[in-house]
Amino acid sequence: MTAAPAPEVVLEARGITKRFPGVIANENVSLKLQRGEVLALLGENGAGKTTLMNILYGMYHQDAGEVLVRGQAVRISGPSDSISRGIGMVHQHFMLVPVFTVAENIILGAETGNGPFLDLSVARRQIRELSQRYNLDVDPDAYVKNLSVGQQQRVEIIKALYRKADILILDEPTAVLTPQETEELFAIIRSLTSQGASVIFITHKLKEVLAIADRIMVLRRGRVVGETTPQVASERSLAEMMVGRSVMLEVEKQEANPGATVLAIERLVVDDDRGQQVVNGLSLEVHAGEILGVAGVQGNGQTELVEAITGLRPARSGRVLINGHDLTNASPRRVSETGSAHVPEDRQEDGLVLTYSVADNLVLNRYYVAPFARGVVRDEHAIMQHAEELVNRYDVRTPSVLTPVSALSGGNKQKVIIARELSREVRLLIAAQPTRGIDVGSIEFIHQQIIAERDRGAAVLLVSAELDEIMTLSDRIAVMYHGQIVATMPASGASREELGLLMAGARPAAPAVSEAV
Amino acid sequence: MQMTSSVARPSAARIPWLSLGVWGALAILVLIAYARAPQATTAVLTSTIRQSTPIILGAMAGIMCERSGVINIGIEGMMLIAAFLGYLANVWTGNLLLATAGALLVGGAVGAFHALMSITLKVDQIIAGTVINILAVGFTGYFYQQGLTTRGKLAPIDIAPLSSIPIIGPVFFNNPPITYASLVLIVVIHVLLFRTAWGLRTRAVGEHPAAADTVGIAVNRVRYINVIIGGMLAGLAGGFLTLEAVGSFERNMTNGRGFVSLAVMIFGKWTPFGAWGGSLLFGFANAMQSQIQFLQNQLPPWLAWVSQTPPQFIGMLPYLLTIAVLAGFVGRARPPAAIGKVYEKE
Repeated sequence: MTAAPAPEVVLEARGITKRFPGVIANENVSLKLQRGEVLALLGENGAGKTTLMNILYGMYHQDAGEVLVRGQAVRISGPSDSISRGIGMVHQHFMLVPVFTVAENIILGAETGNGPFLDLSVARRQIRELSQRYNLDVDPDAYVKNLSVGQQQRVEIIKALYRKADILILDEPTAVLTPQETEELFAIIRSLTSQGASVIFITHKLKEVLAIADRIMVLRRGRVVGETTPQVASERSLAEMMVGRSVMLEVEKQEANPGATVLAIERLVVDDDRGQQVVNGLSLEVHAGEILGVAGVQGNGQTELVEAITGLRPARSGRVLINGHDLTNASPRRVSETGSAHVPEDRQEDGLVLTYSVADNLVLNRYYVAPFARGVVRDEHAIMQHAEELVNRYDVRTPSVLTPVSALSGGNKQKVIIARELSREVRLLIAAQPTRGIDVGSIEFIHQQIIAERDRGAAVLLVSAELDEIMTLSDRIAVMYHGQIVATMPASGASREELGLLMAGARPAAPAVSEAV
Repeated sequence: MQMTSSVARPSAARIPWLSLGVWGALAILVLIAYARAPQATTAVLTSTIRQSTPIILGAMAGIMCERSGVINIGIEGMMLIAAFLGYLANVWTGNLLLATAGALLVGGAVGAFHALMSITLKVDQIIAGTVINILAVGFTGYFYQQGLTTRGKLAPIDIAPLSSIPIIGPVFFNNPPITYASLVLIVVIHVLLFRTAWGLRTRAVGEHPAAADTVGIAVNRVRYINVIIGGMLAGLAGGFLTLEAVGSFERNMTNGRGFVSLAVMIFGKWTPFGAWGGSLLFGFANAMQSQIQFLQNQLPPWLAWVSQTPPQFIGMLPYLLTIAVLAGFVGRARPPAAIGKVYEKE
């Protein structure tokens, strides 16, 4: 391909409309992607970003409108059409086979070999070349299931490049990444565009849009509501375009008023699924009326720590005390009955029964006691009333309380969990990644709820991979590294740089600020 | 970032010491037995291969289906219908080759029916398989007439110099065609699944169909073809029963072999060679039980109690073994991730 003097439009959508039963996902959406640029597509969950991209990639077919690739109108009837036209997509949920190696995943569907027989050596060489050219470090023979999320994403990018894609669609690529991994991804994107590739970057994260995009397009409820550039836009203006009203980006909170110790963990040791010891003699305390934020790069034992506290995973040794009672290895129900609420990290797997209705999900922690049960019989009336009330109070957007919770958006699913967990008197709130992958409006709401719990006197243990979230919500911050708390400090005195270093395993600089174990 | 040095290489590079050890120990046992009783040993081993043939074919039928993500518990029924229609083809045409081809085609057709139900019509795959099993019993029972005669069955082919090797010769190189075919197919299916582009796509479709779809693989087409290939393998197993082993048809003659095949497939972790090991185990138990019944009066005194055991109990041996093996292995085996799930775009 030759570089054109004027900006060359490599991909264009004109008047795309797509309807699903009951909803218009895209209405008369048009966009232009120029060669070598990063176009950010910003919008809340359910705004129609992913639908639009799936149309461009050929997973869906539009009801109206046309798609042009390098100026030519094309009909994309399946992913193989888009692949052959140089369009590659990195899906939000990675499309990788965990039990295959990196090389096998990359060549799948575009196999190299001798007649019908596979020959991975050619592929391996090409993968290494691509890795070097774009600085995407992966081992072609590693199994995907053993890779970190960031590495898996690199495999997805190489997969697209291997198919000679020069138009890359990245769907919420940073939703599962740590701040460091996000930085690495941005470096990769810059190296891609500097070598002539064009990128569509789908996200709802404002900071990222301002950091990486050349142009920004905002979608709301299936329509394009505006286009801008990072030079003239601010986080606030973008948030308003995206949500359609003014939003509070900063969380307002009063000074904490810590009371007695609610949660005390003493020298806790926990193994992960593979039997590796991932929590190594960890100790911490959370007091009534404060939020303790646990910062750390994903995979440092945070998941297992939360599971051990809530009774979902056995602790090998050490103690968990809630309100002075020893609840080490107690059942989840016993932990819950002490007035502990748990917002689990994986809302689909551990937080909800997806096929159950919103109403049933709202009583999962109390279905067996009055007023929801009379003896062994459910009290449908009480359950419905409870559901209607919570759906209103927590602003859960659902067609009805009888809708299966699987039909709700991520933000609304999370609101169902928050509603269930906080609709009773709570003395301890354990929230793991409470806003991962959800929209600004819901994040704002959930943050307010967490602070309200603190002000009501609950102890809050907040575990999050989003450093911003930890820094805005916490009263104290504990940094977790290799299964231990390496430093604890008041949030007011913490800096991003210092936390980043501690999260990467650097020793705390001044012993004065650390209560290291 | 957390790249560990212990990242596993493709399995081809590792030496399977455990299985080598097991096979070595078995070989030594066979040699000892051969030294003590050469004829009985050869007879048991020959019979082991024969008995394991329909099992390994059935297991490979299951492997092809399940590797592509479709559960097939209808192997029993596929075998039975193919055994019956293959037998009728033999009765009508008198041509064993044509009859074998018929059994293959019938198996493929029943496979296509299973694919239609489980992929296109989205019937629960367990139910679809059960439909085939029940249909097979009813269909073959209704149309079966006694007194039909055939012109013989597939005869053993002696592979000249090789068959005179002691032990190995008569066991491996003096078999009828479907038995040979099953041994070749073990290698063919292994290569197909693990060394070809088709196999990679098949496994991808069984593990993560959405991933396969996004790289342009037609998920349902791959599934259809594999389920039909599976059906043909089950058909060949059925053909083995009527055209090679017995020479005639009996009601319900598959006698649970389709289900044993499934057990063996799980035991073998959805690999042809693993399943072959399981089939040989089952075949051996079967060969032993008939050998014991055959040699009732010649048993050494310390085994006298065996001759007093009712033959029904000895006949249970292979099935008890299947239960024991499954109880020990099922928990540890990991089926293909997308098994039993209809693939629908979001």
